[in-house]
Amino acid sequence: MKRRILFAGAALGLGLTLSGTAMAQDKTKACFVYVGPIGDGGWTYQHHQGLLAVQEAFGDKVETAYQENVPEGADAERVLTQMALSGCDIIFTTSFGYMDATNAVAAKFPDVKFEHATGYRRDHPNVATYNARFYEGRAVMGTIAGHMTKSNKIGYIGSFPIPEVIQGINSSFIHARKVNPDVTISVVWAYTWFDPAKEADAAKALIEQGVDVILSHTDSTAPLAELAKTPGTIGFGQASDMAAYKPSPRVSSIIDNWAPYYIKRVGAVIDGTWEQTDSWEGIASGEVEIGEITEAVPAGVKAEAEAMRDAIAAGTYHPFTGPLNKQDGTPWLAEGETASDGDLLGMSFYVEGIVGDIPK
Amino acid sequence: MDLSAINPAVLIASLMVAAVPIMLAATGELVVEKAGVLNLGVEGMMIMGAVCGLAIAVEAESPAVGFLAAAAGGAALSLIFAFLTQVLLANQVATGLALTLFGLGLSSLIGQGYVGIKPPPTPRLDFGPLTDIPVLGTILFRHDPVVYLSVLIIAAVWALLKFTRAGLILRAVGENHDAAHALGYKVQRIRLAAILFGGAMAGLGGAYISLVRVPQWTDGITAGAGWIALAIVVFASWKPWRILLGAYLFGGITVLQLNLQAAGARIPVEYLSMSPYLITILVLVIMSADRGRAALNAPAALGRNFHASR
Repeated sequence: MKRRILFAGAALGLGLTLSGTAMAQDKTKACFVYVGPIGDGGWTYQHHQGLLAVQEAFGDKVETAYQENVPEGADAERVLTQMALSGCDIIFTTSFGYMDATNAVAAKFPDVKFEHATGYRRDHPNVATYNARFYEGRAVMGTIAGHMTKSNKIGYIGSFPIPEVIQGINSSFIHARKVNPDVTISVVWAYTWFDPAKEADAAKALIEQGVDVILSHTDSTAPLAELAKTPGTIGFGQASDMAAYKPSPRVSSIIDNWAPYYIKRVGAVIDGTWEQTDSWEGIASGEVEIGEITEAVPAGVKAEAEAMRDAIAAGTYHPFTGPLNKQDGTPWLAEGETASDGDLLGMSFYVEGIVGDIPK
Repeated sequence: MDLSAINPAVLIASLMVAAVPIMLAATGELVVEKAGVLNLGVEGMMIMGAVCGLAIAVEAESPAVGFLAAAAGGAALSLIFAFLTQVLLANQVATGLALTLFGLGLSSLIGQGYVGIKPPPTPRLDFGPLTDIPVLGTILFRHDPVVYLSVLIIAAVWALLKFTRAGLILRAVGENHDAAHALGYKVQRIRLAAILFGGAMAGLGGAYISLVRVPQWTDGITAGAGWIALAIVVFASWKPWRILLGAYLFGGITVLQLNLQAAGARIPVEYLSMSPYLITILVLVIMSADRGRAALNAPAALGRNFHASR
């Protein structure tokens, strides 16, 4: 008896939610899944800026929703299913680790558009991928790092050994060594995108090894906070400007500007012109920005870095231009040859000069 | 691999810093357990201390005030535990676990507005010329006050338990609460005081993470340090100085594994990351292998509730 009442109640509740969804149909709903908290001051913060830009650009025509701190893995699938059921028309999954979950859920909801950041799998027609050419920014940071290091040791805090991070390590190293032939790079893998305690510990260990310039490929400002404790060391804003640590230790930054892409894609859903794409933009289109280079950097170095930024933007310089050898000495790019996108997307090797192995 | 890049003096200095949070929390828990109470909520109290310390330090722009607030925050949370276990005689294990879960959730709620905010820096103590002594200066004289405070607290707890009447009473309550009660000691009040002390210490330990080590707030920032602190109390067989040893051992391996990685050791990162925990488990196994001796050291009334009518 009691159970029957419960069922009736559940049915009623379900009916209400369904009618609620139907009513919301005139608005386009854009949903975002974040790997960290918006307050990370880095990666997730920038994606949320994109969400706000979407809201501002379309006003009443869109409704936005987001969820923070979604772990990569099985939990992500649950969150995505929930979002798809709640009437989202387009869902942006903003971390590499959501790749399998995004494609799995996309198969079940063919009418919902999925946009996966930094991934490469588009198993279904309703999955698009988008990425930014962070390695272009790394080339500029690497140039500054090569000039600024006094110990000739630069450090790199890696998150996971995936192509995007390896591109960053290689690009930073190539350009640091170009301006400073004595430079070496130490890589510490944090195995997390966002864990300030681990990131700070990694920065600390690097500093103890004599590293005085740190590039981080994780999402929080913790490495900069650690650098701030040790005078004479510098670092860079990653994903976001991290201006709170200006003028030093943060001497410049790589800023991800997702807003134009998000506005374009949500606009396409509203117009009904959305199609599966694979977008990979860089400095030229403004998706990757170089934050202000502070007065802690000598004027000559600043000018050189800015020249490189402009050359990349103009398309006259590619950060991976031969001659370049792989770590084991085998040739990779011949004189003047540039790396293909396919090579970069599958990058799983260090370039010549980097010591150490990439964890499997 | 270039092991010469690892400077032992710097390594020791940094393991001392890495050990502070678990050392403080473990010292507090030692006193609690010596009084016969098993509070598994250390993790929850630590993280409450971490968030209270950061929030108040940011508002007051003073790390010292932050640390005081952290101790108060940890103690306040432990008061819930004390009420449930000492007044309502709830099961200590279950209550402690609940306290951890509650602390994690509550801290996340309080911390909402403080994500990504920089706390005021905690200055190093200035020892003047002593700082410049080679090796020794690096190891001993370049820390913030809390590092020294944590060692002083261990010394104080050791002296209190070993030489004072108050320490004797505390131990009596933990060994045989019925006898202590018969002698006229207020078992519940003494335990309440011990629980509050444990909470305050855990809070201080948590604040050290959010104010000095990271320094930032994020959900779950203590990342299991409270559980390590609990393990270290057993590792130390309830002896204060061994807590120092245990905490330095754990801190040392934590720091060493990162340094090894930065120096390019050819050991898979996963093994390095799990090594501190693995060694903690190993040591616990070795410690408990001799069951008779391990049991001798544990307070006899540990985890048992007391009611005067019984």
